[in-house]
Amino acid sequence: MNVIQPLGHAGKPPAATLGLVDVDIHPRANSLEAFRPWLSTRWWDYLKTYGIRARHGFPAGQPPFPKAQPLASRKDAWPPGGGTPASDLDFLRHQLLDNYGVDVGVLNPLQPSGQGDRNNAFSAAMAHAVNEWQLEAWLRKEPRLRGSVVVPYEDGAASAAEIRKRAGDPNFCQVLMMSRTSEPAGNPRYWPIYEAAAEVGLPVAFHAFGYSGWAMTNGGWPSFYIEEVSEHATSCQNQVISLVVEGVFERIPNLKVILIECGFAWLPSVAWRLDAHWRTLKDEVPHLRRAPSEQIREHIWVSTQPMEEPERGQHLLDTMGWIGWDRILFASDYPHWDFDDPRQALPGFIPAERRRDIFGGNARALYGF
Amino acid sequence: MDSAIRAIDCDVHPMVPGMRALTPYMDAFWADQVAERGITSLDPQSFPPNVPKTIRADWRDAKGRGADRVELLQDQAMARLGADRAILNPLYGVQLVFNEDMARAFTRALNDWTRAEWLDRDDRLRASIVLPMHSAEQAVEEIERLAPDRRFVQVLALVMGEVPLGRRQWWPVYEACLRHGLPFGIHAGSSYRHPQTSVGWTSWYLEEYAANQQGFQSTLASLITEGALTKFPDLRVVLLESGVTWLPAFLWRLQKVWKGVRFEVPWVDRPPAELVRDQVRLTVQPLDAPPEAVERILEHLRSDEMLLWASDWPHWQFEGDAAVPPGLPEALLPKLMRENPLATYPRLREGEVA
Repeated sequence: MNVIQPLGHAGKPPAATLGLVDVDIHPRANSLEAFRPWLSTRWWDYLKTYGIRARHGFPAGQPPFPKAQPLASRKDAWPPGGGTPASDLDFLRHQLLDNYGVDVGVLNPLQPSGQGDRNNAFSAAMAHAVNEWQLEAWLRKEPRLRGSVVVPYEDGAASAAEIRKRAGDPNFCQVLMMSRTSEPAGNPRYWPIYEAAAEVGLPVAFHAFGYSGWAMTNGGWPSFYIEEVSEHATSCQNQVISLVVEGVFERIPNLKVILIECGFAWLPSVAWRLDAHWRTLKDEVPHLRRAPSEQIREHIWVSTQPMEEPERGQHLLDTMGWIGWDRILFASDYPHWDFDDPRQALPGFIPAERRRDIFGGNARALYGF
Repeated sequence: MDSAIRAIDCDVHPMVPGMRALTPYMDAFWADQVAERGITSLDPQSFPPNVPKTIRADWRDAKGRGADRVELLQDQAMARLGADRAILNPLYGVQLVFNEDMARAFTRALNDWTRAEWLDRDDRLRASIVLPMHSAEQAVEEIERLAPDRRFVQVLALVMGEVPLGRRQWWPVYEACLRHGLPFGIHAGSSYRHPQTSVGWTSWYLEEYAANQQGFQSTLASLITEGALTKFPDLRVVLLESGVTWLPAFLWRLQKVWKGVRFEVPWVDRPPAELVRDQVRLTVQPLDAPPEAVERILEHLRSDEMLLWASDWPHWQFEGDAAVPPGLPEALLPKLMRENPLATYPRLREGEVA
C-alpha cells in the first residue's frame, strides 16, 4: 500500500534494489483466446459455454466480494497500448523489470487458471494450457522471468502428472497452489502434489486466494472485501497447521513451501501454539516426532507483500527474527493495487545486510537462481 | 502465588455429568423428550471428556471424569491457586443443537443448573449466561431472564457460531449487555455450523484446537468491520481461552488493510488497534508463547490492561500450581489477576462495595 513512485530515470540504477528477485508477479491474458491453442476442441467449447466455475456463485470475472478497483490493479498499470494490467510484456518490462532492476521475476498466474474449478478434468486441461501460455507468451521471450507450474490441485494425480511434465525445465521454478483449497492442504488427497514437487526439486508456493467452497471464516460468511483480504491470513494459518499436523514434512523431508501474499507476522504465533498443544496432545499425533516450530522453521518460506505494519517498527524486527531472516522473500504483487515498491517497501530500520537477503539472497538460495 | 492480590480466576469450566443432571431444570415436555429420545450427553467435540487437554490427569476421578462438582473447583483450583473469586463458563454443547426450541430449553436448563449446583453452593462464584444463539431474540430473552441475578457477570457465546458476531442481527444482544452491565464473552469452541477452518474439516483434534485461534481473529475482524465496536463504545468483549500471541500480528494486518480500503466501512472511524485496546480483553490461559518471548509479546500488545488471569480449570494448560504463564513479569500480576478483571466486569465491582 505504498505510494506509487514515478518511473525512475533511464540509466539511474535503483541502488536499494540491486540484485532484486520479485517472487510475485501476476501475468494476465487479455482474453480466453490466449489459451485456445493448448485446449482441445472439447474443452474450448466447454469453456466458452459453461465458463470458469469456481466454488462460489458467480461465473468467472465477478468475484463474490467485489474488489476495491477494476481487476484489483494499479490504475497506472493498464498498458498504454491497450489490454489489461500485466498482459503486455513490453510494458511489464518497462514499468517493473527495468524500472526497479528486477533480476528475476516469478510469475504467478491467477485468473483465469482453472485452479479450484469445480470440474477437475477441465481444471487439469486449463492448467496445462496456462503453463504452455506462460512458456510461449512470457518465459521464452524474457529471460528474467520464471514461471510457476499451475496445477489442478483438487486432483492430486493430475497435478502430479503436470508437475512431472515440467521436470527439468528451467523456465519453471515452483509449483503453484491457491491458499483456499477445498480441504486442508495437509490432507492426503494433496500428497501426490508434494511428492511430485519434491521429486523434481521444485518448492510448492501457496498464493493467497481461491475459493474453498466453505465459509471464509470458521464462524460463517463475512460481509466485506476488507474481511476477505484479512481472512487470507487465517486460511493460510490453517494450511500451515494442517501441513504440520498431518505430518507432511515428516513424510517428505525435502519439501519446501512458500507462502506468497499471505502475510507473515502470524507465523511465530502459529508455531508457538502448535508446540504448546502438541505437548498435551502427543498421544493423538505420534507421527509428529519433531516440534512443530522446528518443522515450520525448516520447511516454510514467506514473502513480504502485504507486509504487516506494526505501530512500532521494532516489533516487525522481533517478528522477522522469530521467523528467520533467511526465510523472507521480496514480493511486489505487480500489477495489483497493493503493489509494494521495492524502493520503499522495506522500512528503513531493517539492517542493510538483512535487506539484501530479503531482496534477493534468500530467493537465490531457495530457488537456486 | 501472592494471596494478597485476591486473584480473580476469569475462566473455569464446570462440566455437566450428563443430560440427566439437566432434566430437573426442564419443563415436563423437554424432560420427557430427553428421556424418550435417548439424549444422554451433549459433550461437544470441541472439548471431548477423554482427551488429555479437556481434564488434566490429576484432576480426574477414578472413572476419568472431573470438574462436575463444586468441591472439585474449590479444592483443585481456588484453594491451590489462590483464587478469591472465579467465573464459571459452562461449555456443555447446548449451543450445538439444531432445533431452536430444544436449544432454548437446554440452554435455560444449563444456566439454571449452573445457578443451583454451583453459584448457590459457594458465594465466591460468578457465572456467564450461556446464550442460545439461534436468534438475537432468544439470546436477549435469556439475558433478561437471568440478568436480575447479579451473580451472572457476563454472557457467553462460542467463537465459531453460525453467523459472524459483528453482524447487525446480533446488535440487540449487545444492547442488552449494555443495559445490564454484562461484558460479551466469547469462548473457544464451535457450534459446528461450519468446518473449523475456511478450507474444510480438520483431521486431528490438535488441528481443531489450534483453529480456535483463527476463529478469534475472524470474530474480531467482524466486530470491528461491521461497526459493532464503534457503535457500542462501552461494550466490553472478553475472549476466553483464545490464546494471546496472535493478536498483535492480526491487528497489524487488519489495520493496514483498513488504511487501504476503509471507504468500504466508513463507520470504522478509529484505527482497529485502538478499538481493540479499549474494548477487548483476553484471558491468559493458554498464552501460547515460549517464556523468552512473553515480554516482547506484551510490548507488542501496547497495553497492560487487556489481559485477565484465568486457570482454565480443568483444561490442561499447565503443570502443578503454575497457573500464571511463565515469562509474565511479577509487576504485572496485580493488574492481571485483580485490577483488570475488576475493570472489565462491572458486576464484580459491585461485589467490592458489598
